[in-house]
Amino acid sequence: MQTALRTAFSESELASRANFVPHARAAREERPVHTSGLPLSIRGLRKSFGDNEVLRGIDLHIPVGQFVAIVGKSGCGKSTLLRLIAGLEKIDAGSISFGDEVQAEDIRVMFQEPRLLPWARVLANVEVGLGRDRATSDAQLRAEKALAEVVLADKRDQWPSVLSGGQKQRVALARALVSRPRVLAFDEPLGALDALTRISMQRLLERVWRDQGFTAILVTHDVSEAVALADRVLVIEEGRIAHDVMVNASRPRERGSVELAGLEGSILSHLLSADDRT
Amino acid sequence: MSLIDSVSLPRNFRLTRMDGLIQWILPLAIIAIWQVATVTGFVPTRVLPAPSDVVLAGWKLLLSGELIRNIWVSFWRASIGFLIGGSIGFAFGLANGLSQLSARLTDTMLQMVRNLPHLALIPLVILWFGIDESAKLFLVALGVFFPIYLNTLHGIRTVDPQLIEMGRIYGMSDGELFRRVIFPGALPSIFVGIRFALGIMWLTLIVAETIAASSGLGYMAMQAREFMLIDVVVLSILIYALLGKLADSASRVLERATLAWHPAFQKR
Repeated sequence: MQTALRTAFSESELASRANFVPHARAAREERPVHTSGLPLSIRGLRKSFGDNEVLRGIDLHIPVGQFVAIVGKSGCGKSTLLRLIAGLEKIDAGSISFGDEVQAEDIRVMFQEPRLLPWARVLANVEVGLGRDRATSDAQLRAEKALAEVVLADKRDQWPSVLSGGQKQRVALARALVSRPRVLAFDEPLGALDALTRISMQRLLERVWRDQGFTAILVTHDVSEAVALADRVLVIEEGRIAHDVMVNASRPRERGSVELAGLEGSILSHLLSADDRT
Repeated sequence: MSLIDSVSLPRNFRLTRMDGLIQWILPLAIIAIWQVATVTGFVPTRVLPAPSDVVLAGWKLLLSGELIRNIWVSFWRASIGFLIGGSIGFAFGLANGLSQLSARLTDTMLQMVRNLPHLALIPLVILWFGIDESAKLFLVALGVFFPIYLNTLHGIRTVDPQLIEMGRIYGMSDGELFRRVIFPGALPSIFVGIRFALGIMWLTLIVAETIAASSGLGYMAMQAREFMLIDVVVLSILIYALLGKLADSASRVLERATLAWHPAFQKR
């Protein structure tokens, strides 16, 4: 009995947390002008680890400010593609270009794990994201602004160990945002979160992307997440782009709408039919 | 070690106010029983003097200045030996944790020396240094070296590689990476090494002073044995226990201050 009560309580608490996105922003309809994003051109990209060829020729153009989701089964190479885009691995063949001179601070990655420094307070963790600008006089101010953007301004002096999983991931997001990146790559950033926290994080991601207009690349195994967030869904199979699906639903997206559900179904059937063939 | 204790205990198990008092119940009870046993003649005072006699002996030595002088000499040897051995161990731990080349060059040799009980070197050390200060410092430094070396090395090697990757992505230089990621990550392990080393430090010093010295607590105990002053013998043993506890408490305070971020050290 007591456990049942406790569960009910924590769920309602989560549900109220899921609504932290202010309604005024959600009501805004027009797409923002993407001034800060970077386009991305990938040509003939290949990558092997030992004898295992993970990516077998990827050609891809992502226009400025597009939100692209990459889905596929485990081991299909989607995370490798993301790590190559973020410059975390060396390219074997082919090229990735951003159509402009890029600085390290222009491209940021968010991982499944928050990767916060346990021995630094929340604000100091966000300041890490400033890269070479860490030493500037307005570093703290910028970090505070980024924390406010993820609705965690009141946690600035906490240790990461006292935060919940969702809060840690929001700090990691603030750290990625603080340098105003022009490309933001997400490697299953919500994979370790519970369902309700995940939905609230998805809304937060959509909001900051609409506000800041960076080019977003999201690797996920969750097709419904991909459809809910992205303008375009890429399905990767055996190291190649097997399908390239546009998602034209209006924003902000209504979760569970018939239109999105239909798209999700057809992408899932692509993924599963590949299963049948092998 | 306190780290492990408090992690394994559930939160509500921790006593906050009582904690300070509760640890002294057992020692005080033992002293009370001991006093009763010796006063009633159940334990002959030739075997074990009454606690009151030990206190009296301590008071006399304190007045003569002999006690303070010997404690100071032992304390000085312990801390200088610890500083020398500890810094060398820390330096090797850093070097071998950060550089593959350095590890390949020195680790095998250090592991070989480690398997040698350092107290077995006492006869050799006496031949080399005689019985003056350098012999004791050498032995303490050697004993302290290994726990600090091994735990510093282990701490650095086990820093979360994902955090290191994160630091690189966010453009940290090598120095910054060390200062902000690697060193704080290795610190809990380094403290485990320090506390092990403190134990070995006293052990080595007691043995060395008992065998070959002309001052210090161990020397005081051996002199008292010659004259059958059993109360002084027991007094020196108790002072060793007290000094050991003091060193441990000091390292705990330091640990608490520097590892405030660690869940094990957070209040509630």
